[in-house]
Amino acid sequence: MIHYDKVTKIYADKSTSLDSVTFSVEPKEFVTIVGPSGAGKTTLMKMLIAEDRPTHGTVYLESANIHRLSKRQTSILRRRIGTVFQDYRLIPNKTVYENIAFAMEAAGRSDSEIASDVPHVLELVDIEAKIWNFPRELSGGERQRVAIARAIVTQPDIIIADEPTGNLDPSNTYEIIRILQKINELGTTVLLTTHNRGVVDTIGGRIITMEKGKVIKDDKHGKYIL
Amino acid sequence: MIFTTFKRITRTGFVNFWRNGFLSFAAVVVITLSLSVFGAIIFVGAFGRSLSADVRDKVDINVYFTQTAPVEGITSIKKDIEGLPEVSRVEYISREEVLEQFKAKWKDNSLIMQGLDEIGSNPFSAVLNIKAKNPGQYGSIADFLEHKDAGSGETSIIEKVNYQQNKLIIDRLGRIIPAVEKVGTIAAIILVIVAIIVVFNTIRLIIFTEREEISVMKLVGASNVYVRGPLVVSGIMYGVISAVITLILMAIVAYWSDAVVLRFAGVEIASDFELVVNILSTYFIENFGQIFLMIMSAGIILGGFSSYIAARRYLKV
Repeated sequence: MIHYDKVTKIYADKSTSLDSVTFSVEPKEFVTIVGPSGAGKTTLMKMLIAEDRPTHGTVYLESANIHRLSKRQTSILRRRIGTVFQDYRLIPNKTVYENIAFAMEAAGRSDSEIASDVPHVLELVDIEAKIWNFPRELSGGERQRVAIARAIVTQPDIIIADEPTGNLDPSNTYEIIRILQKINELGTTVLLTTHNRGVVDTIGGRIITMEKGKVIKDDKHGKYIL
Repeated sequence: MIFTTFKRITRTGFVNFWRNGFLSFAAVVVITLSLSVFGAIIFVGAFGRSLSADVRDKVDINVYFTQTAPVEGITSIKKDIEGLPEVSRVEYISREEVLEQFKAKWKDNSLIMQGLDEIGSNPFSAVLNIKAKNPGQYGSIADFLEHKDAGSGETSIIEKVNYQQNKLIIDRLGRIIPAVEKVGTIAAIILVIVAIIVVFNTIRLIIFTEREEISVMKLVGASNVYVRGPLVVSGIMYGVISAVITLILMAIVAYWSDAVVLRFAGVEIASDFELVVNILSTYFIENFGQIFLMIMSAGIILGGFSSYIAARRYLKV
């Protein structure tokens, strides 16, 4: 279980990104976090992978306080969470295969596991034809599929997808959402942030609405209200 | 697992080296230039030491004895001088040897040879040729001889010590050589520091361009060793390749320097200074193992350690 407990983030310029945010996410849930730009959605995601620290409050994964973990434990935590970024963040001088293999190597998987699982996961996101291409040779939608493949290849407990459809056309957007839903059906907890009304309406399910760093609505079967 | 990790880190380091193309080329150029500075310092040092040794070797003082001085007396003085800690060598040249050397030198000058015949007997006196370990020590050797001569109480067998005539040049050399060595050492240290800073900043810039990738690697759960390892391997590769290029450049300079000295000095003059002409090539061959180790380890340390340090700040994700 993920639990945000009165999490506040105030930056050096005194701007407040999160203001006493509290909510929990159960295993296997699909939670969509919506809100306009600057609402604090990305900061919330960064807290979960210890990329950012709260000014006040605590973020728990199961019983562990994420920001009290050692460097080694933080690496292990990150291997349990697959992350998909809006700007893909693929490693430019690695091929599609190598980008995905890297996540497996970092998780300590064997060469034989990597050789069998990477093509399989690429097939799952329908990008196997581009296995030896570099990211610069792919379209936005293709890059995001690779990013998803990298996030799921280690079979993490949680996937966090921060505006994964922000740079994509409608056709690719729905394809990416479909993949994330499929991953969730297989038992992975998914946290998705978006400000795309169409995406929210398609997904349904639990929707947490944020505005100016605060949770203003947490609805089990919500709608886009902003 | 450790072996697998090591293998993956090494492979990734090699692959990154080739894929980074221009950046790797730039790093190799900068490290090669810095190692060339080291190489130049090694060569200038060798050249300077050889010249200095040559100059020191040419400085000496001679003790001239009276014509009637007994060999036992001269031998006893020789023994005393050899006992001085500042003396490196004492050579006894008998009256007969001095005469032979004189005849050999002037054999083509009939006037001088005729004059020598007219004298009839050997007009030369025996000589002790003294070399000190350091040009600055000739003064104390001369003092020793003077005191010995005055304190013996008997009629002196020493006719003359040529220290006073050579004093000016000996004193100057005694001051100049250590000063030049000191300035050379300080200049070398400054150059080495500058070279290290330049290499470190170049590698820091290269790693700065990779900071995004480093953060992504960290966010997908890679450990610091896994992220930093390939950067260090690439850094070591920059160093090894630069060291090989530098050694080749040094070999070229060592051999070309002989030809350059010959051309600038003119073959005749150069042949008089054979020692100087062949300094670098001889030094390079005789000390290749040591030079190889110095340049190679400097390259590896510069490339690898700079990468290790430069990556540190981007690992804090």
